[in-house]
Amino acid sequence: MSVRDDTTTIQRRPDRAAFAIALVLAIASIAIAWSTYHAGGMASTQPVGPKTVPYIVAACLFGLALWTAAEAWRGDFPEREEQQTAPILWVVGGLIVQMLTIKTVGFSLATALMFTATAYAFNERRIWLTLPFGLVFCFLVWLAFARGLQLSLPAGPLERLF
Amino acid sequence: MNTFELLGQGLLTALQWSNLLYALIGVTLGTAVGVLPGIGPALTVALLLPVTYRLDPAGSLIMFAGIYYGGMYGGSTTSILLNTPGESASIVTALEGNKMARQGRGGPALATAAIGSFIAGLVATLGLAFIAPWVVQFALSFGPSEYFALMLLAFMTVSAAFGESTLRGLTALFIGLALGLIGIDQLTGQTRLAMGTPNLFDGISVTTLAVALFAIGETIAVVASRTSMDEKVEAVKGSVWMTKEDWRRSWKSWLRGTAIGFPIGAMPAGGADVSSFLSYSAEKQFSKHPEEFGKGAIEGVAGPEAANNASAAGTLVPLLTLGLPTTATAAIMLAGFQQFGLQPGPLLFVSNATLVWGLIASLLVANFMLLVLNLPLIGLWVRLLTIPRPWLYAGILTFATLGTIGASASTFMVGPLPTSFELGLLLLFGVLGYMLRRFGYPIAPVVVGLILGPMAERSLRQALQISQGDPTVLVHSWISIVLILLAFAAVLVPMILRARGKGQMLAAMAGDED
Repeated sequence: MSVRDDTTTIQRRPDRAAFAIALVLAIASIAIAWSTYHAGGMASTQPVGPKTVPYIVAACLFGLALWTAAEAWRGDFPEREEQQTAPILWVVGGLIVQMLTIKTVGFSLATALMFTATAYAFNERRIWLTLPFGLVFCFLVWLAFARGLQLSLPAGPLERLF
Repeated sequence: MNTFELLGQGLLTALQWSNLLYALIGVTLGTAVGVLPGIGPALTVALLLPVTYRLDPAGSLIMFAGIYYGGMYGGSTTSILLNTPGESASIVTALEGNKMARQGRGGPALATAAIGSFIAGLVATLGLAFIAPWVVQFALSFGPSEYFALMLLAFMTVSAAFGESTLRGLTALFIGLALGLIGIDQLTGQTRLAMGTPNLFDGISVTTLAVALFAIGETIAVVASRTSMDEKVEAVKGSVWMTKEDWRRSWKSWLRGTAIGFPIGAMPAGGADVSSFLSYSAEKQFSKHPEEFGKGAIEGVAGPEAANNASAAGTLVPLLTLGLPTTATAAIMLAGFQQFGLQPGPLLFVSNATLVWGLIASLLVANFMLLVLNLPLIGLWVRLLTIPRPWLYAGILTFATLGTIGASASTFMVGPLPTSFELGLLLLFGVLGYMLRRFGYPIAPVVVGLILGPMAERSLRQALQISQGDPTVLVHSWISIVLILLAFAAVLVPMILRARGKGQMLAAMAGDED
């Protein structure tokens, strides 16, 4: 609100992205209510059972969805900076690769791939530096936490050598 | 036993060498994450929850509190030398501190911040020790309905009272509350909103949500923005020591900052960021040199830095005595207590007196350690600022995913391929965290909603069970009525202020983390 003054308020147009948020909130609230309604469960003698609060939360979320739609219509959301999409995709992609591979190739290899992708997203393009460094770093982290602190981290071929 | 004896016994616990070690690790980590941009104490404590699962409860909690205190010290270094606050609570420090550094007065700025933090931490921790027993006596009379009213108040102050918009604060809170519903209901054992996925029966882990929102969301937000890629670290030039004049101008500000910060942290009225802003405007009013503000006034560093430390100690009053977290870091610390089967609140002072007083006393010890870490060793921390961004964020994400897998090792089959379910959640909530940032939603209410939501639900249902469904039980005592009225006021007063165009002050006090 600190950015906006009265003159710009008039020029604001309805905000499509904010409408999308309102829609998502509405869908989420309906999904919570629907899922709670169909959850079955034991007939409760208690006045307030496990379903009461989910209904309250669903109702409030629906109210907030309507409110969001109203603010979207008035263009009340703060202005947004332009964003670069390619680096986001590198970070998200790295995390997806790590999620998919970690249970098969082990913590160090999978995390090193994510490390390299993240560094690449931040404009560090020297993969021949980041990948080996990431691998050694992640392996040392694995040694410290899995062996030293008994944290359960998935082991792969590399970790089983030690 | 009186407070002095209890505190003395606590000191004996705190001075055991293993607890000293935990405190040292805590304050060192805390200072490091405070200095580094992009990570803060909330995220660090969340990451350490799975790691400390098998360690000593008292030691772990001492470490968490050390991280919280250390984060407040470290944040100032980044603000002063980089003009990018390391912590949300140090935003105002950058206003005057960075100007001082550019004039070659970075040394005195760092010194007044560290000494102010020390004095504030010392006074406020003693304040905590002396106020806590009073609050505990009062809180012993609380029943489920009073607790429900208290949590309602905390929900409203955390989400709606500060920040840019009531709507977005409340939406963030309800996202957290909805996520808190997922899993097996504590009172009946019924599964709720798990979508038939066994991986979700245990609910959403605090670590996964906090790490995703703070670390992944922040990383994506930083990498996506075109700006803020290169920043200049101001070298510490000239004398590191404060002149007589600096001392004369600082000491009142330290005390004023402490006096502002402690009550704000202790009441459920927002975190360290709020108090540092209030302290800054107070210093501007009281200063004999108002013309220097904006150009490097030392009072503008001394006051807010004392205030944010005092408020960190203040936050521990409701956390320890009532089990009520008022900031994201406190909420995650509450999850830390629960992971060891401890429930903060008045009963903890009776059942685990050694642990509680050991924790409070070790905060005094941690404060001394922090003074040493931040004055003579400041050069080491400045080096941390020179880590190039790609390596820094790649490293942050490595530890983020490490903590997440540590929190839950559950497997999810994608066709024949076994994958990590928890990392999938991490990515999902990470994107959510980015979206929240992009559209101006606060992050802290989501985390507080997830942790406090199930507790509030339990209090509500217990109260209604006792009254056999009569909802008037919620307003049966004056305490409940006052708390509920305050909760309404926390939503309505800021809305009226914003509607009248006085929202800038509230918006400025918006904080994400601490």
